[in-house]
Amino acid sequence: MSYPDGPVLVIGVGNPHRGDDAVGLMVARRVKQRAPAGVTVLEHTGDGAALMDAWQGAGQVFLIDAVSSGGKPGAVIRVDCRELQGRRDPGLVSSHGFGVAQAIRLAAVLGRLPPRMALYGVEAAGFAPGAPPSPEAAGAVAHVVDLVLREIACTSTA
Amino acid sequence: MARNRTVRVDYLARVEGEGALYLRVRNGRVAEVQLRIFEPPRFFEAFLRGRRFSEVPDITARICGICPVAYQMSACQALEDALGVVVDEPIRALRRLLYCGEWIESHALHVFMLHAPDFLGYEDAIGMAQDHPEVVQTGLRLKKAGNAIMRVVGGREIHPINVRVGGFYRTPAPSELAALADELEWAREASRQTVRWAAGLTFPDFHQDYTFVALRHSGEYPLDRGRIVSNSGLDIPVREYDDHFQEEHLPHSTALHSTLRGTGAYLTGPLARYNLNFHQLSSEAQAAAQEAGLTPRCLNPFQSIIVRSVELLYACDEALRIIRGYQPPEQPYINVEPKAATGYGCTEAPRGILYHRYTVAEDGAIRDAKIVPPTSQNQGRIEEDLRQFVPPLLDLPREDLTWRCEQLIRSYDPCISCATHFLKLTVDA
Repeated sequence: MSYPDGPVLVIGVGNPHRGDDAVGLMVARRVKQRAPAGVTVLEHTGDGAALMDAWQGAGQVFLIDAVSSGGKPGAVIRVDCRELQGRRDPGLVSSHGFGVAQAIRLAAVLGRLPPRMALYGVEAAGFAPGAPPSPEAAGAVAHVVDLVLREIACTSTA
Repeated sequence: MARNRTVRVDYLARVEGEGALYLRVRNGRVAEVQLRIFEPPRFFEAFLRGRRFSEVPDITARICGICPVAYQMSACQALEDALGVVVDEPIRALRRLLYCGEWIESHALHVFMLHAPDFLGYEDAIGMAQDHPEVVQTGLRLKKAGNAIMRVVGGREIHPINVRVGGFYRTPAPSELAALADELEWAREASRQTVRWAAGLTFPDFHQDYTFVALRHSGEYPLDRGRIVSNSGLDIPVREYDDHFQEEHLPHSTALHSTLRGTGAYLTGPLARYNLNFHQLSSEAQAAAQEAGLTPRCLNPFQSIIVRSVELLYACDEALRIIRGYQPPEQPYINVEPKAATGYGCTEAPRGILYHRYTVAEDGAIRDAKIVPPTSQNQGRIEEDLRQFVPPLLDLPREDLTWRCEQLIRSYDPCISCATHFLKLTVDA
């Protein structure tokens, strides 16, 4: 299979020991089992600078992460990262807080965004240290896996 | 003139972790200053009790995502001291190389992403990148060069997994280290230019008569070993740390405040290392400092951005030196047998001295642990700086005054996540 925009990369972001923050990693693991040849799947801590390096050279990137936007736990959102560019987020910009949103904004400024990049977010119920993922967030994993794989299939030309 | 002012910064930006500043001025004098650390307490010292000594480097590495190597190095040094082990020179060199990787990563992050926006007038690195993309790109690439060392020697970039008491689990092949050299050559040149660039920034005219505390070693710029010295006559082996330094809990901070007995607040970190050890820097780093107009004595905390750049250059230089001379150790580690003992370790984390003390039981379990990170030590000095810094600036608009105070705090590159490990959290209403 080939992809007109260049290599396809799926990045699951999260911390396996912080409740629903694990959800991005869970999606990545499942996508990896079913991804077509030529698709790279990574699990990532979400350090912004390292993320920018990770997607360097990719044509199409899918980021999967837990989000906290006040929505219903387990709800799935899809955002085109180019649409995030103009938005300001209230997060602190320390290195600990230099995460996915800041990496996208900084990459946009520096011309380091991949040609296509989508963020799939799963609304989290909580991020307590050592907690397992909530049933709501864990229940959304299969759905996000399907959405990502479907989108990859739509962009392949073979 | 504004004689009564209150400056309150509820969330300090561009520092590691969560902290706040409260400052109250009455009749032109700073009546109260509190660097409030409200990051939740961490309890690491208690976690360690009962764990096997061999687990300590990996557990303490988790205290910080920016300086995990510092924790591993101080932990190994303390436990090797307790258990009577001295690692061979090739192992020590490899540890020093790993530490250089952390310094490069941490200093690049601070100089370019956290501190530079203060001097160039931006709220954060993203805003700065709009107008100065080359500055941010250089910072990111330098950070990556440090990360690469961490990955090759430490096994991964964040929270390395390859360090153990007595050595490493696996030592790299010479070809793996040689592959790092080209990028480090670039990094060395970029650091040299960074020193020049940083020296061209505009600095507030603020100098303090600091008590500096750092390690010193006769053969090298301090990183992984040395005696603890100050510019006021202190010169002690690491094992005497507790006789000279004390920690206390103040209600406004979850981090313990450290003081030097008989002196009070002191400064540790790049400025202290530089002032106490200038002549141990590589000739390249000394030359770069002098060309930039930085004398061996620097008493302006804002100029720590230049000093950090000099140390960045030194760390690149030192990393290249170690890589060029690398002979793989015959064994990646020395076997370490437990015994009942107490050991002491102190190394130079990017932000200053990091002290560890462990008491090990006969079966190898940790009985007692004490960890003193640099930010705990610098808290008192940051507050003292603010007391001196603020009075002449009282006529500034609130926003400007707040900004200046934050800039001063960021000069210390405080790592609040590291510093918090105390029990009680109290916020003054």
